[in-house]
Amino acid sequence: MKKDLVIIGGGPAGMSAAIAAYEAGVRDMLILERDGALGGILQQCIHNGFGLHKFGEELTGPEYAWRYEKQVKELGIPYKLCTMVLSVSEDKVITATNPQDGVFEIEAKAIILAMGCRERPKGALNIAGERPAGIYSAGMAQKLVNMMGYMPGKDVVILGSGDIGLIMARRMTLEGAKVHAVCELMPYSGGLARNIEQCLNDFGIPLKLSHTVVKIHGKERLSGVTIAKVDERRRPIEGTEEYIPCDTLLLSVGLIPENELSKTAGVSLDRMTNGAVVDQDRETEIPGIFSCGNVLHVHDLVDYVSEEAEIAGLGAAAYIAGEEKKEISVFLRTDGKIRYTVPQRITAEKDVRVYFRVADVYRDVTVKVSCDGGTVLSKKKQKLAPGEMECVTVPASALEDGRELYFEVEGA
Amino acid sequence: MERELTCIICPRGCRMKVALEGKEVVSVEGNACPRGKTYAVTECTNPHRTVTSTVRCEDGSVLPVKTETTIAKADMEKCMREINAAVAKLPVSIGDVILSDVCGTRVIATANKNA
Repeated sequence: MKKDLVIIGGGPAGMSAAIAAYEAGVRDMLILERDGALGGILQQCIHNGFGLHKFGEELTGPEYAWRYEKQVKELGIPYKLCTMVLSVSEDKVITATNPQDGVFEIEAKAIILAMGCRERPKGALNIAGERPAGIYSAGMAQKLVNMMGYMPGKDVVILGSGDIGLIMARRMTLEGAKVHAVCELMPYSGGLARNIEQCLNDFGIPLKLSHTVVKIHGKERLSGVTIAKVDERRRPIEGTEEYIPCDTLLLSVGLIPENELSKTAGVSLDRMTNGAVVDQDRETEIPGIFSCGNVLHVHDLVDYVSEEAEIAGLGAAAYIAGEEKKEISVFLRTDGKIRYTVPQRITAEKDVRVYFRVADVYRDVTVKVSCDGGTVLSKKKQKLAPGEMECVTVPASALEDGRELYFEVEGA
Repeated sequence: MERELTCIICPRGCRMKVALEGKEVVSVEGNACPRGKTYAVTECTNPHRTVTSTVRCEDGSVLPVKTETTIAKADMEKCMREINAAVAKLPVSIGDVILSDVCGTRVIATANKNA
């Protein structure tokens, strides 16, 4: 089979990229989705708060996904469900499998990688103790409760205060469980302030900052956890241990972009984002292979995922139409306080919105972008936090072949 | 009296200072937009929330739902009890009314589900 464009992943990024590419004239295209339905992770995110940027309303996850799914269907963009992509080659041959077609290959002119991310598992945490039942990643628990209708437990401790952990604290409470505490290793929460307010404070759930789980108790089923305060180097402080009886431990300890397929294609990855290195069109270093959404870097808001995916969709459409990029090469560097930027390089002389994330909480600082010692732009910020993605627009006038743009936080 | 609030209307999460005289809101500071002020006033006088949950369907599966408008925060538990007692008939389309009168609003489906 030959296709102009294949999109791997039918979640918010894949659907938005597909629609943007269609509207830019691409017709010979196909979305490949591993799950039995379009929508990706939004299907299980039944809480509201999606779409404020994009649609100016507060939608739930399934409602947000439906806006895109409906368009995909109305435009007649073809998709295959229950289809697992096994590999992508550097010359853009996709090998996939599903129950109807068996194993099949597609030669694509362009590919958009939109596989999303997965949760960091318990194995990555090195917690001492037994391996009883009752320990779930927060997203798994979310799927059990919201899609399958099962409650994983009654007495819950949550490790990690990322948004999924906060959302699940509220969800488990509403369904009758007692959430005893949310422990966060860092001295600040990784989640949105609004979620701490409406998911924890509304229900009187304590948020224990600078705390972690040091021991798991129970043989067959979890019977409790020991938590402890940590010092500034995140080591547990002796004498601060506290035992909390519980039957369920939820882990909300980070997300990892799922780049196995990007690797089979030989796409170069950024150590900081764990996603592809891309230019302003979200094109990877392999011409014609694009990447967007949580597989590129983990977003806090789906609205930004949709926006980014549109950029990738338009980029792919331009590539298929044979449009040449004006060849310049500008690399974006960061000072460490800014952990990363997306894109990491710019290859066209136009205004480019650059998204970035910081390494720590900074107050009353200036974000400065400079080039050869000259300031390109500076923006005052009341507060920067690792949990909140920021963005600045770099003007075309600052872009010149061979230059480097340096992103830094001043006054921290 | 002064109260500190985090706005929950959008992801920006503005920190606001609300000055109160008795139950009356005198001033709101720190809000980046008018919606923040509205939220602060409601939050200090009669706090409201949207409830999202799932309803059991007749085939045993679950369907995501939400309250069509916000309800009084104090009514959340009551609302959950009614949602948990309901059984949805299939098929359901997004926006269909599942419960027509719960705490002064309706509970509607937020996803499609085939029979």
